[in-house]
Amino acid sequence: MSACLDITNLSAVLANGQRVLRSVSLSLQPGEVRALVGESGAGKTMIGKAVLGVLPSSVRIVEGNMSLEGEDLGRLQPRARRTLIGARTALIPQDPLTALNPSRRIGPQMTDRLVRILGWNGDKADKRVRQLLDEVQIRDPDRVLKSYPHELSGGMRQRVLIAAAFAAEPRLIVADEPTTALDVTVQKQILRLIADLQREHGTAILFVTHDLGVVAKISQKVSVLYAGKVVEEADTARLFEAPLHPYTRALMAATPRYTDPFASLKPVDETVLAGLAAEIAAADQTWRHLHG
Amino acid sequence: MAEPLFSVRGLKVALPDMTRKPLIGRAPLVEILKGLDFDLPRGSVTGIVGESGSGKSTLGRALVRLLEPSAGSISFEGRDIAHLPEAELRPLRRDLQMIFQDPMSSLNPRRTIASIIAAPLRQNGLGDNLKTRVAEALQRVGLPQSFAGRYRHQLSGGQRQRVGIARALALSPKFVLADEIVSGLDVSTQAQILTLLEKLAAEMGLTVAFISHDLSVIRRLCRQVIVMREGRIVEASATDALFENPKEAYTRDLLAAIPLPEIDADWLRPKAPA
Amino acid sequence: MDEARIVRRGLGPRLWLAGGWLLLVLLAAIFAPLVAPQDPLAQDLMLERLPPFWLDGAEPGYWLGTDSLGRDLLSRLIFGGRIAFIVAFAAAIAACLVGSTLGLIAGYFGGWADRIISRIVDIWMAFPPVLFAILLVAVLGTGLSSVILAIAIIDWTRFCRVIRAEAMGQARMDYVENARIAGYGRIGIMLREVLPNVLPSIVALLSLEMGIAVIVEAILSFVNLSISTDDPTWGGIIAEGRLSIHQAWWVLVFPLVTLILTVLSFSQFGEALKTRFDPVLR
Repeated sequence: MSACLDITNLSAVLANGQRVLRSVSLSLQPGEVRALVGESGAGKTMIGKAVLGVLPSSVRIVEGNMSLEGEDLGRLQPRARRTLIGARTALIPQDPLTALNPSRRIGPQMTDRLVRILGWNGDKADKRVRQLLDEVQIRDPDRVLKSYPHELSGGMRQRVLIAAAFAAEPRLIVADEPTTALDVTVQKQILRLIADLQREHGTAILFVTHDLGVVAKISQKVSVLYAGKVVEEADTARLFEAPLHPYTRALMAATPRYTDPFASLKPVDETVLAGLAAEIAAADQTWRHLHG
Repeated sequence: MAEPLFSVRGLKVALPDMTRKPLIGRAPLVEILKGLDFDLPRGSVTGIVGESGSGKSTLGRALVRLLEPSAGSISFEGRDIAHLPEAELRPLRRDLQMIFQDPMSSLNPRRTIASIIAAPLRQNGLGDNLKTRVAEALQRVGLPQSFAGRYRHQLSGGQRQRVGIARALALSPKFVLADEIVSGLDVSTQAQILTLLEKLAAEMGLTVAFISHDLSVIRRLCRQVIVMREGRIVEASATDALFENPKEAYTRDLLAAIPLPEIDADWLRPKAPA
Repeated sequence: MDEARIVRRGLGPRLWLAGGWLLLVLLAAIFAPLVAPQDPLAQDLMLERLPPFWLDGAEPGYWLGTDSLGRDLLSRLIFGGRIAFIVAFAAAIAACLVGSTLGLIAGYFGGWADRIISRIVDIWMAFPPVLFAILLVAVLGTGLSSVILAIAIIDWTRFCRVIRAEAMGQARMDYVENARIAGYGRIGIMLREVLPNVLPSIVALLSLEMGIAVIVEAILSFVNLSISTDDPTWGGIIAEGRLSIHQAWWVLVFPLVTLILTVLSFSQFGEALKTRFDPVLR
């Protein structure tokens, strides 16, 4: 059985030649939740965008392959690629407010995708959307479907977007910091929802986050990123038991933990950063050597 | 016990609700803070925690009198400042400083770092030896002197927040309000900024109100904690007592909702019926 | 990091082209008596409707030809540039001072000040601008100063609206609260924290407004309501050229081209200045 998502040696550069993704490889099995964790500038969101084919025009992929369920995206014509990505993937975005069009009601925004991309008729789409709203525990679907985005709370909007993401039965969902903007109590509910739906539908999730706490709770495997490079890849349980890379260890020591206030919140050591810089420089040198 | 720096009684703040503003006339008022009583002891860091809508930021803004309360008293060193007019507040401003959440928006893009740090000094009659004072302020927060001539867009997030701290502490204030000052930063930077604030507060004997949504950070930094919800105080106590023995169900829920960076297979399971 | 990068933009062809043309017209206008090949008012019926230099029948010294009264077109355009630029500068600066000040006050202070100023602007904008200008000049009497005054009175609202919106955005920034914490008063904050951040927009608008002033002046001249009819103005020349379009197209085309290039240059120059003035990536 082929992997749900296979990325090999993906490199991307900005217009000025600066590398933003450095030979990234990762592979997701069907139904796997993979966390991409890193600080700002680590390239974790960039990977998600590359998979969905929505990289900003300033970023250019210069090397590497991506395939969805065995189909090589690079070999497809742009139109066919869009159709394939549209049918098999979905996004749960970070900011539920800007992800929804403020001047349209929730209902048509949710069914649009099903009608346009999957070619369903209106009734079938409507039924499906209601079923999903029920699954994300929205008990008054009529009101929600008739609402405008600003009339719902932040947690409610995020539920709507989760329902919309799962509605088309994608094989892969990219979740880009889906709980970062939420309060902790709401975050917990939303994470629980995503985990439940993921289990029931067997969807693979690429879960982008900066929060090691969220990583520990939601994912089975994790890739730790720094400056567009995967510095460590492991089963989540193994990573928290015995982190191998010095940067992973530093990140864990910096993450605050109320259960252990004085062992956490440790500033990252200079030697770790120097080591990382050397590692990146070495990788870039090899790369330049190979690509002239 | 020494007299507290702040003593707040029956504090209420009401703000106009622009979403319900009628076509003609004033927007109706909504009560954001619904009667708060608490003291801030001198020389220690007090955490104020709550989720969005709890009123924690409004409370901070009322303490430094960026807002005027609708009722109640805020006694600062024995003097009620709740309803002082702007002109009478001005001499008090040097003792009531603030560090903002977003260091990007709290630094004027068109001013150099030196000019930003110097502004409060100049305005409060400390205009002599400006250069030396700015240099001291930069050094205090661990920024190189070469940063004096730079602009905010030439700095990283952590460096900007250091400037915010340097500026607030340049006047050696008695009180500093820190409003979510690390929530926009990466964890590694966050740890640096918190360690810096912790060190400076201890050295200068500052009284700090540390507003945050993150209980993990509060536990490390604060001696006592005020938990807020929907404009009221849910629970206020010494930090260790609050974390080890939370009295209110809401505090327990908040703690249980924090995803700690450790494996816990049961965390996402629905709560077992009690 | 991207956002921390300093951006140094070159001047760019836009600024060079627009600025070059404006400088050319400005210098010609200032030194008009020296550079104009002929007396712009001298009539000579022997020389009427001479074509421009590359056509048959052209006379040397009359580069762009003559009008129906035998006056040299190039000289008239150069002298007309004087009036165009005086009006452009004076009217735009006056409109800018009034409009920006009120806009800054409305945007930063909000409340009553904003309500009053915004209502006045709304009422003002309801008047059709050109008719309003014609009406004003008719009331104030023709002449250079009343043209300038009329344009300023009409167009200050443009500055007021834009600057108000920008100042409102600025007033919400934390550094404005920061200045209050530092002990600054309201006026001090407005001048120190808000004004420098809206200045690039003011500059861009000022340049744009100069172009608009040139047009309005031309329209007023066209309907014969500007300065005394003797002095050459671009609008006046266009009005005359319209009458002899079939016999001498150049009398209409050259002033029109001059007018269009000048107005376009003003707006491009302003935009280019704005990006130039803004070293900050926001």
